[in-house]
Amino acid sequence: MSDPRLLVIPKRLAGVKKIYPIMSSKGGVGKTIISTLLALTSSSLGCKTGLLDLDFTNPSTHIVLGVNPWEQEIIEEKGIIPQLVHGIKYLSITIFTRENPTPMRGEAVVNAFRELLAITQWGELDSLFIDTPPGISDEHLELLTYLGDKLEVVIVATPSPLAIKSVERLAEILLEGNYKIAGLVENMSDKPKLQKLAENLRIDYLGNIPYVKDIDEKIGNIELLRKTPIWEKVLEIVNRLLGNK
Amino acid sequence: MFLIGVDEMVHEWALAESIADYIERELSKKGKKNIAKIVIKLGILQSIDKEILDFALKEIIKSRDYRVGEIVYEDEEVILKCRRCGYEWRINPSQLDEAIREAIHFVPEAVYSYFKCPRCGSRDFEIVRGRGVSIKEIILGDNNE
Ligand SMILES: Nc1ncnc2c1ncn2[C@@H]1O[C@H](COP(=O)(O)OP(=O)(O)OP(=O)(O)O)[C@@H](O)[C@H]1O
Ligand SMILES: [Mg+2]
Ligand SMILES: [Zn+2]
Repeated sequence: MSDPRLLVIPKRLAGVKKIYPIMSSKGGVGKTIISTLLALTSSSLGCKTGLLDLDFTNPSTHIVLGVNPWEQEIIEEKGIIPQLVHGIKYLSITIFTRENPTPMRGEAVVNAFRELLAITQWGELDSLFIDTPPGISDEHLELLTYLGDKLEVVIVATPSPLAIKSVERLAEILLEGNYKIAGLVENMSDKPKLQKLAENLRIDYLGNIPYVKDIDEKIGNIELLRKTPIWEKVLEIVNRLLGNK
Repeated sequence: MFLIGVDEMVHEWALAESIADYIERELSKKGKKNIAKIVIKLGILQSIDKEILDFALKEIIKSRDYRVGEIVYEDEEVILKCRRCGYEWRINPSQLDEAIREAIHFVPEAVYSYFKCPRCGSRDFEIVRGRGVSIKEIILGDNNE
């Protein structure tokens, strides 16, 4: 370990009790919307909450939140302080890259990851939710390798038969590495169909979120999102996740 | 004397802290208490404020139980190289728009959102030199210096 940044990253996150990366083996299953709503609902319960967008090539949590992070001033205090958005501490690489395409190779992703985490002062948080890209990429490996002991991975999947095998693979990688899995969220599904899969993998089944036809019209408006069944379900899930049952 | 190839990193205070931690770990590995001289390379892409960095580093070192003699900073110019067509070019951050310079200051990888190869338009380029901060050299001192 010759990178000095790796020595300060754990210190920057020392005040954070739990870190929940939202992962999926397949793309487009709802990680971004779910991670953002997990953060918002957790905050609505009075918990100190953070949200980090780690999808560097396709950052989009700010779209769900309905904000343009690059329009806010960056507050420096021996590093940078995350922005406050709807009551949550929020950080997205778009503060620096705006809406420009930012294609990065592995090495650049690793550098961007370490740089961001080394300069960000999260302070005291009960939970930090992290939206991540699909699959297992450099962002995930950095997270797992350097912050592994605080992580509890939330896996998101849709009930497609095509999803089953890939969820098994993802869970296997995590379980082999002795990483904690907070549980499985089944999205775009009116009935729970993946309970059995979770049971077989010996991971918690956190619940199913129904398919909501007009959700895209509500993206970016928290008040409208709050009235959808997705919010209601995520609220149940966050209660389960935080141990309130 | 020994050389270490340290990768690039953060800025000013956060950076100073990681340099101080790094020195501490190197010293404890070698069972030493003091450094006679450290040479820190500053890639100009990150537009590090040398005065703040120096102040921060000295402040942080005061609270540690080791001593550092001389601290030397060396600027390193920025060279980018296109992976597609091989073209190499230089950029000078002091000539950039303030907001872009600030973004790159925090996270040098933001350079991929604002630059393309001037010859072929590709964003798949390499930062050959000058990304950020690295430690070029540490010269150990005497334990009872
Ligand atoms: N429960 C749902 N009902 C209806 N549409 C949904 C639901 N969940 C997500 N969507 C829609 O599916 C699309 C993908 O969602 P989202 O971007 O959150 O997925 P993702 O897993 O983050 O994708 P990626 O892997 O590309 O990052 C979006 O258009 C979103 O509005
Ligand atoms: Mg996403
Ligand atoms: Zn080119």
